[in-house]
Amino acid sequence: MVVIITNNETKKGRDDNRAFDELRPMKIEAGVLERADGSAYLEVGGNKILVAVYGPRESYIRRLLKPNTGVIRCRYNMAPFSVGDRKRPGPDRRSNEISKITAEALRPALLLENYPRSMVDVFIEVIEAEGGTRCAGITAASVALADAGIPMKDLVVACAAGKVNDEVVLDLSEYEDKDGQADVPVAIMPRNGEITLLQSDGNLDKEEFSQALDLAIEGCKKISEIQKEALVSKYGG
Amino acid sequence: MNIIPEITRESITHIINENKRVDGRALDEYRNIEVENNVISKAEGSARVKIGKTQVIVGVKPTIGEPFGDKPNLGVLMTNAEMLPMADPKFEPGPPSEASVELARVVDRAIRESEIVDLERLCIKEGKKVWMLFIDLHIIDFDGNLFDAATLAVVSALSTTKLPKATFENNEVILNEEETENLVLREKVAMSTFVKIGDKMVLDPALDEESILKARISVGITESGKICAMQKGGDEPLSRENILESVEIAYSKNKELISKLNGY
Repeated sequence: MVVIITNNETKKGRDDNRAFDELRPMKIEAGVLERADGSAYLEVGGNKILVAVYGPRESYIRRLLKPNTGVIRCRYNMAPFSVGDRKRPGPDRRSNEISKITAEALRPALLLENYPRSMVDVFIEVIEAEGGTRCAGITAASVALADAGIPMKDLVVACAAGKVNDEVVLDLSEYEDKDGQADVPVAIMPRNGEITLLQSDGNLDKEEFSQALDLAIEGCKKISEIQKEALVSKYGG
Repeated sequence: MNIIPEITRESITHIINENKRVDGRALDEYRNIEVENNVISKAEGSARVKIGKTQVIVGVKPTIGEPFGDKPNLGVLMTNAEMLPMADPKFEPGPPSEASVELARVVDRAIRESEIVDLERLCIKEGKKVWMLFIDLHIIDFDGNLFDAATLAVVSALSTTKLPKATFENNEVILNEEETENLVLREKVAMSTFVKIGDKMVLDPALDEESILKARISVGITESGKICAMQKGGDEPLSRENILESVEIAYSKNKELISKLNGY
């Protein structure tokens, strides 16, 4: 928290001097890997996320196979060197949960009914983490799915809002996430405004929650433009 | 299982037997190599290396730990490789495969046996506390020849590693994050990998070449000219001549590889 005192007025600010509704700088690039069917690289603040998509391909996992539709499977994984103290490689409870909700956030946009018995794999690798990796992963995954040419109704986009120093703010940094009172990640399909992911962690009253939700949705809409630009710059208008 | 159409196998072998390659390289020529350092600001040392379309990211994270009983004054190096399912349609999530364990161990051998890292300087207090360096290899795009890319990436990441200054007082380690020290390497090491296709030894196999190999050999050589690690792979044997030829070419390529590291 930064406290700025001017003319005997105390004004609260964010630790990186952003406005309450300001996103961190973001960069998305589509098609960065050779072998994957689709891929994307995303940087937001200090986050670096790489996503690869394979499929639709034959489901080699029998229990996941569905006779009437394709399925999506996600794997969210953090590199051991992505955080301050080395993270032990391999899945843990947190990354398993994020993998599940990410698949569920992306699924509504995908037209997998035309691919029965098949599977789409989304591999999200957090190369470096600085708060908000699950949202960044979903945003990048949509671009990678589009890069793989998978039919979609919309590009799912995600962004978090939260509460820091009793103020509702957009796109929490790592510091704000650890220090803050609440974190509300949201994913939407911007064309119809429907929400495909919602979590809330922390304490908010009714008013604050609806503010946070609206703020996150506005953030999603801004990020949606960056997603589209990434695809346009790869494939042209 | 890797299914390569017989016709592909035959055509690649045929081309190589005429001393040519599918991508137009000479038999002893590397693909384009790119080395980029300090790609992860949260890691104390890091690098991204591309050989052709193969892409590897390495991060070095130090922690403080206890030395091994028989080596009370030496720091510890630990190398781990993850062949991420993102890198190839056939790589599976889950516990490390045999291939990734082999990769980590061969790279580890090259680093360890070349003694490029002065482990004594990683000692904070003899018998009590030492630096343990975790070297994590992330394979993100697989287009053949991981051994050479991984070795370059690890050496590059180590050469840019900065450790906070550590002192031992009153039975505890005090870290000074403000003051960092570069991990100084004694020298550099590089690895060259060959595959045998037809009767020829081929340097820096691309994916299509690697998938039809009969036998493979990797040779790790230090800047000062010591062979510090070697590994043979594949289901078929190599002749004495094959091996000596590979070693000869590996020596001649050593400077080229190490110059990629010194670019920074």
